[in-house]
Amino acid sequence: MLFDLLGVPPQALFAQLLLGLINGSFYALLSLGLALIFGMLNIINFAHGALYMMGAFVAWMMLHYLGIPFWPALILSPIIVAAFGMVLERTMLARLYHLDHLYGLLLTFGLALLIEGLFRQLYGVSGRVYPTPDILRGGQNLGFMFLPNYRAFVVVAALVVCFGVWYFIERTRIGSYLRAGTENPELLQAFGVNVPRMITLTYGLGVALAAFTGVLAAPIYQVHPLMGFHIIIIVFAVVVVGGLGSMLGAIVTGLMLGVVEGFTRLFYPEASATVIFIIMAIVLLLRPQGLFGRR
Amino acid sequence: MAERDMNISDVSGGSALLQGVERGYVIFGIVAILVLLVAPFVIYPVFVMKVMCFALFALAFNLLLGYGGLLSFGHAAYYGSAAYITAHTVKEWGLTPELGLILGALTGAFLGLVFGWLAIRQAGIYFAMVTLAFAQMIYFFALQAPFTGGEDGIQAVPRGELFGVISLRPDLTLYYFILVIFLFGFYVVFRTVHSPFGQVLKAIRENEQRAISLGYRTDHYKLATFVLSATLSGLAGAATVFVFQLASLTYVHWQTSGEVVLMSLLGGMGTLLGPIVGAILVVTLQTYLAPFGAWITIILGAIFVVCVLTFREGIVGVVQKYLKKPL
Amino acid sequence: MSLSRTMLFAAAASFVMLGAANAEEGPVRIGVMSDMSGLYADLSGPGSVEAAQMAIEDFGGELFGHPIEVVQADHQNRADLASTVAREWFDDDGVDAIFDVPNSSAALAVQELAREREKFFFISGAATSRLSGDSCSPTGVHWMYDTYSLANGTGRALVAEGADTWFFLTADYAFGHSLEEDTGAVVEGAGGEVMGAVRHPLDTQDFSSYLLQAQASGAEIIGLANAGTDTTNSIRQAAEFGIVEAGQRLAGLLLFITDVHALGLDTAQDLVLTTGFYWDRDDQTRDFAARFEERMGMRPTMIHAGVYSSALHFFKALEEAGTKEADAVMQQVRDIPVDLFGEEAMVREDGRMVHDMYLVRVKSPDESEGDWDYYEILRTIPGDEAFRPMEEGDCPHLTN
Repeated sequence: MLFDLLGVPPQALFAQLLLGLINGSFYALLSLGLALIFGMLNIINFAHGALYMMGAFVAWMMLHYLGIPFWPALILSPIIVAAFGMVLERTMLARLYHLDHLYGLLLTFGLALLIEGLFRQLYGVSGRVYPTPDILRGGQNLGFMFLPNYRAFVVVAALVVCFGVWYFIERTRIGSYLRAGTENPELLQAFGVNVPRMITLTYGLGVALAAFTGVLAAPIYQVHPLMGFHIIIIVFAVVVVGGLGSMLGAIVTGLMLGVVEGFTRLFYPEASATVIFIIMAIVLLLRPQGLFGRR
Repeated sequence: MAERDMNISDVSGGSALLQGVERGYVIFGIVAILVLLVAPFVIYPVFVMKVMCFALFALAFNLLLGYGGLLSFGHAAYYGSAAYITAHTVKEWGLTPELGLILGALTGAFLGLVFGWLAIRQAGIYFAMVTLAFAQMIYFFALQAPFTGGEDGIQAVPRGELFGVISLRPDLTLYYFILVIFLFGFYVVFRTVHSPFGQVLKAIRENEQRAISLGYRTDHYKLATFVLSATLSGLAGAATVFVFQLASLTYVHWQTSGEVVLMSLLGGMGTLLGPIVGAILVVTLQTYLAPFGAWITIILGAIFVVCVLTFREGIVGVVQKYLKKPL
Repeated sequence: MSLSRTMLFAAAASFVMLGAANAEEGPVRIGVMSDMSGLYADLSGPGSVEAAQMAIEDFGGELFGHPIEVVQADHQNRADLASTVAREWFDDDGVDAIFDVPNSSAALAVQELAREREKFFFISGAATSRLSGDSCSPTGVHWMYDTYSLANGTGRALVAEGADTWFFLTADYAFGHSLEEDTGAVVEGAGGEVMGAVRHPLDTQDFSSYLLQAQASGAEIIGLANAGTDTTNSIRQAAEFGIVEAGQRLAGLLLFITDVHALGLDTAQDLVLTTGFYWDRDDQTRDFAARFEERMGMRPTMIHAGVYSSALHFFKALEEAGTKEADAVMQQVRDIPVDLFGEEAMVREDGRMVHDMYLVRVKSPDESEGDWDYYEILRTIPGDEAFRPMEEGDCPHLTN
């Protein structure tokens, strides 16, 4: 058997791969949002992690203060956070489009610090428990591991949403405007499309994806003011590996790197935190535009 | 701090230090050095030393951003790695402070060479993200490598005897040691900016294509700047070790990278004095706000936002415009 | 901390320095340093400041004719920040003693400085037994518990029940290493076997992959050598992955009553743990707990009880010594018997405060008769059995 050759029991192998796939779903959702925003606005949204955290927190607050359960929160929280994001875009980011894109990065970095600091001040750093929705409690014994139902749901939900968004952008009319806007905003404006509004809506969609991921993550990782910064830098590396601005690249790379990380945990756990960055360095050397990028 | 008038240096290139320097700058420089000499008798010396270390770090960073036009979001990697190496060699191998310091700076240089070589293939945002990712690698390495002590860091590093003779244990002696390092670093940055090398760098920042067409190997210039910046960052990190007698994960954390960006931005990118002013303000803020937990993050974030939206020249940049003199 | 004050006083400083040695003792100032908003904030944090405040009030509020002052700081679980704050407190702010300091890395950093400056350090929050071992200090007192006593209590009890194969889930810093090492030694000493360990960074959110490794090891006991939310998260996620159902047992080596409170008795029931204080032990502890709850809205953990009792003891020693001079005060700290809520205890030469520890079992929801009624005391472990004998600690100032 192959597994025996590798010196790893197959149970452990499948279990870690599955866990990797779950992490990969989060990477994919977040990097898809980043890629979307980058494609249209040409900025790296450093606040993406903070908005992901906000998504989780808004869901927690809904449950805690208003008694709104998981399922409505999964829809409502992204809408609320997206509205917040669009206000940020209109009032702040929009003033920077004529400048070097680095200012966008600096601004969103500052926003990330600000948002995360506020939540830390208000709620402390200890995580808040968000209960798993009742119908997804328990799990399946797969033989090689015990898979909690909720984690299985996360993978399915992430895949459905990712490919839904991808389909929307590649196959619908609004999506085609969006793609055109990335290529040539002036021309699109000339065709009578309101480009600034489209930019705002795109940012909103990217933010909504981040918040949606946050709500999904809440029952697993707990709601924690710093949960965003733990993950955002990894997602940056995912986006670089996939190729900035490539939607499909972001999705596939996110899932793939999650699995690679799982593999590494098994064979060389010391490197599991760094493996994504090492892959990034190699990709930069051999294919600077990223695996799926064209430049 | 003696400061050369850029208009003159633009014509004459780098030559002797004081030649052609306006009197105002000379007086300012002398006053500044005098203030630094008496400062430890008035202000808590450890605080001033911390400011000087961060100011040197910010100067090094600004060399890359303000003069090279490259935004590195992972400068903590060079600062922190140097701190670890210095702490380790001084504590475990019993090296004297000056040797530890040199090894620290060389660590910065080596990492700068490797990461810089990879990173300068990218520009703009890509460059920022790549440097950030490399810094994250260093962070996780420091978290796991046995010699760094992981979450504990390297603690109780002896300040030791300079050249094996002068004990650095008293705060005051150490203060002047740090002051010399700081002035040395400032001098290096100052000379670099005002040398022909600095002029080419500015040309590349303004218009890389034109610089290439003029026959400059722009990549070489960028890499050299990157390495120099990383080396000085390493020097700053190594110096910090003697002040606080420890090296910890904070030094390689992304937050440290962010702070040094803020110092540059707040003080004024592309000015010589800007990073110093920024470092004074940020370190003072940190010292006052340390007991209040998250407020420091909120306020730093708010300053970032305000600076980017309305105050992109930074404090020294504005003063510079008002005085009509480069600072 | 304050820069401007330093500047104001700077002119006067040179005069003061000349006369300082002979002058009457100035006001006593203590500093409570803790994790005020992070993963250890509930079990120590603001509650520790309140406990110190209570000690000051109960002592009468004054010493040497001045009111006793208390300052506080948040070290955010960073050793460098702890060291910076302690340095400023000692050098610049006239702090005489530091209390609490959860997080062993931070406490080790403070211990270094306190030793160097000959200032007092009463450790209630940090656990590593190194603080009274190879990192002991003549002015450092390790008060409530340590990794050795936890390992000794819980580890020995579980091996005695027949659970003799162990796998550790360890927080990757000084505390976790100490706890893993001490427990491993106890398990092996009692004839058990350690099958392996996996280390996780402090403040981890997702324990799934670590837990699966622990599961794959097949050990009977998964020893949680971590603390605070790290422990509660691991216990919760172990439940999510059905690890306990599948037949393995969890051993929370350091569990505070606040952790049990956060987990709920449903999840926490039947866990066996060791503690240095339980509020429901007798009238005196109940009285303290009631007063504490009035101010903080929660029952005290053993750390809060430790800060309170160590501060009281420190004040008594200062009063008896009539000076702040380190040797004289430490002599009194060791000579005066410690009054630990009515139980008599003492401070050893290596700085270890020796008192009884309690092996307890977490009650099931049915057994619990109300809020915070969580523990059943299985056994009182006498002090000289609970703590490491002084000779085995390698405390440097004892051998020199």
